[in-house]
Amino acid sequence: MSSETAIPRSVAARIPLRAPRSLRERLVGVVLLVCAACSVITTLGIVLVLIVETTAFFREVSFRQFFGDIQWTPLFAKKHFGIWALVSGTVLTSAIAILTAVPLGLMAAAYLSEFANERIRRLLKPSMEILAGIPTVVYGYFALTFMTPLLQKFIPSLAGFNALSPGLVMGIMIFPTVASLSEDAMYAVPTSLREAAYALGATRLATTFRVVMPSAFSGIGASVILGVSRAIGETMIVAIAAGQQPRFTFDPRVPVETMTAYIVQVSLGDTPTGTLEYRTIFAVGMVLFVFTLALNVVAHRLRQGVLKDSVQ
Amino acid sequence: MEPALKIPDKGSPKPELKRRPDGSDPADDPAAPQIKMFAKSLRAWFGPAEALRGITLPIRKNCVTAIIGPSGCGKSTFVRCLNRMHEVVPLARVEGEVYLDAENIYGPSINPIAVRKRIGMVFQKANPFPTMSIRQNVLAGLSLQGLRCRAPEELVENALRKAALWDEVKDILDRSGVSLSGGQQQRLCIARALALEPEVLLMDEPCSALDPIATAKIEDLIHELRESYTVVIVTHNMQQAARVADFTAFFYLGELIEYGKTETIFKTPQDPRTEAYITGRFG
Repeated sequence: MSSETAIPRSVAARIPLRAPRSLRERLVGVVLLVCAACSVITTLGIVLVLIVETTAFFREVSFRQFFGDIQWTPLFAKKHFGIWALVSGTVLTSAIAILTAVPLGLMAAAYLSEFANERIRRLLKPSMEILAGIPTVVYGYFALTFMTPLLQKFIPSLAGFNALSPGLVMGIMIFPTVASLSEDAMYAVPTSLREAAYALGATRLATTFRVVMPSAFSGIGASVILGVSRAIGETMIVAIAAGQQPRFTFDPRVPVETMTAYIVQVSLGDTPTGTLEYRTIFAVGMVLFVFTLALNVVAHRLRQGVLKDSVQ
Repeated sequence: MEPALKIPDKGSPKPELKRRPDGSDPADDPAAPQIKMFAKSLRAWFGPAEALRGITLPIRKNCVTAIIGPSGCGKSTFVRCLNRMHEVVPLARVEGEVYLDAENIYGPSINPIAVRKRIGMVFQKANPFPTMSIRQNVLAGLSLQGLRCRAPEELVENALRKAALWDEVKDILDRSGVSLSGGQQQRLCIARALALEPEVLLMDEPCSALDPIATAKIEDLIHELRESYTVVIVTHNMQQAARVADFTAFFYLGELIEYGKTETIFKTPQDPRTEAYITGRFG
């Protein structure tokens, strides 16, 4: 009855079974492989350059000078290479960003996943994600020209360049990512667990925080770590609003410089290539790379649910 | 045909069902157990779809009441209305009255959370909390309600004993609840519900995902639970209803077709549809 749509038997019988796979088919496979390999090759290239330049750097500067000092002045006459001055800037701004983004993000995720009705959820989630799409230079000037003056009204001792304002603004930038990914994880928690909690007389709040969130732990953890790694890698906001003054401090009111901001500073300046000053940015880049790599590994493992059993 | 019964006001004596809901001859003997819960003209919707079309049914104290009927007949919806779980689903709606003792749980000032504290529920698919240990699962009701327990060990043991699970898990209380077998998980869920000392236990096809041995264990358990609890069980399995239930209600297309003693329903059903269903001619 369905013979009209099927290939007529007389034609099908003439298709040779031993025909070689067409050249085009094989060519497509090769092209696609090259495309996929591009990302891997690029990564390898970057890592290779980092390693080569960092090795060259450490031929002139000892590990002790690098890790045993808290002053970072490679561009001055009296050179110091204490990386901790930059690391503290990065850690400080990132910590402020995370302390802003995680509570805000988790609350937003809890609302969207457990409290909002479907209509509000469909409206709110994409509009929140727009926040994450604003160019970071806009956030940088938002921090410098709006957030800092605003904060100075409450904290008079706040310097014009400081860690607090870019940290908060980074938090605002990151929180939609944390919220969106956490919400995905919470939304994926089976309804049967929520029903179990409701049937035990739990309120919606208790269900959200005691049942849904722990069950979504690996997804939430991965989203937080992704947020941390974005904060650490964020460049523009801190380059604009944090001050570019390497300083080993955890005082959020004074100017600091992050690792990323230092790299920008040197790249934009007139430091000749091949000099020691120039190589510092590769050493700093290497430290940054190690930081984010470690975080990505943890996030990856969390996403795989490796740590799921240890939640308990 | 409204059943001839008086719906109590708050504080008045417990309702007494004089006749079967379809108005036929009351087959219940006069010494029938007193009524623990009573649904009156209960209607429920999922969005525009009406799942229950006016159910009036008593749930007798310290008895097992089985709700049987083909898929989509509203039996699950009915038990979910008994502890106000139906309204948890978006767009779900309920009308009518359900009395727990003398109080309408759909009354204006009733807190559904308080209702659920007194009426426990066990679901079709065992749903222990995967992030909690066996012990924590048993205590989950208390901890989720923000209550502290004075003697948690005792409570855990009692609840697990009542659920006939204690001997199997007493040495592994700190293991994850989801490490147990399907039947054990379901008994863990029963223990979790019993730990709150509910007055009524609702079971929504508790054995449908279990093998015959695990099913037999749960059925034995239901027999014992009757001593101290009022049990309502939804089941697809008519043999199960015949084995465990004192009273049986047959639902069809959102309506209560017949209710009575299990024996009567299975031996001398009044309605041809009931007879057709229990003899396996449809459903």
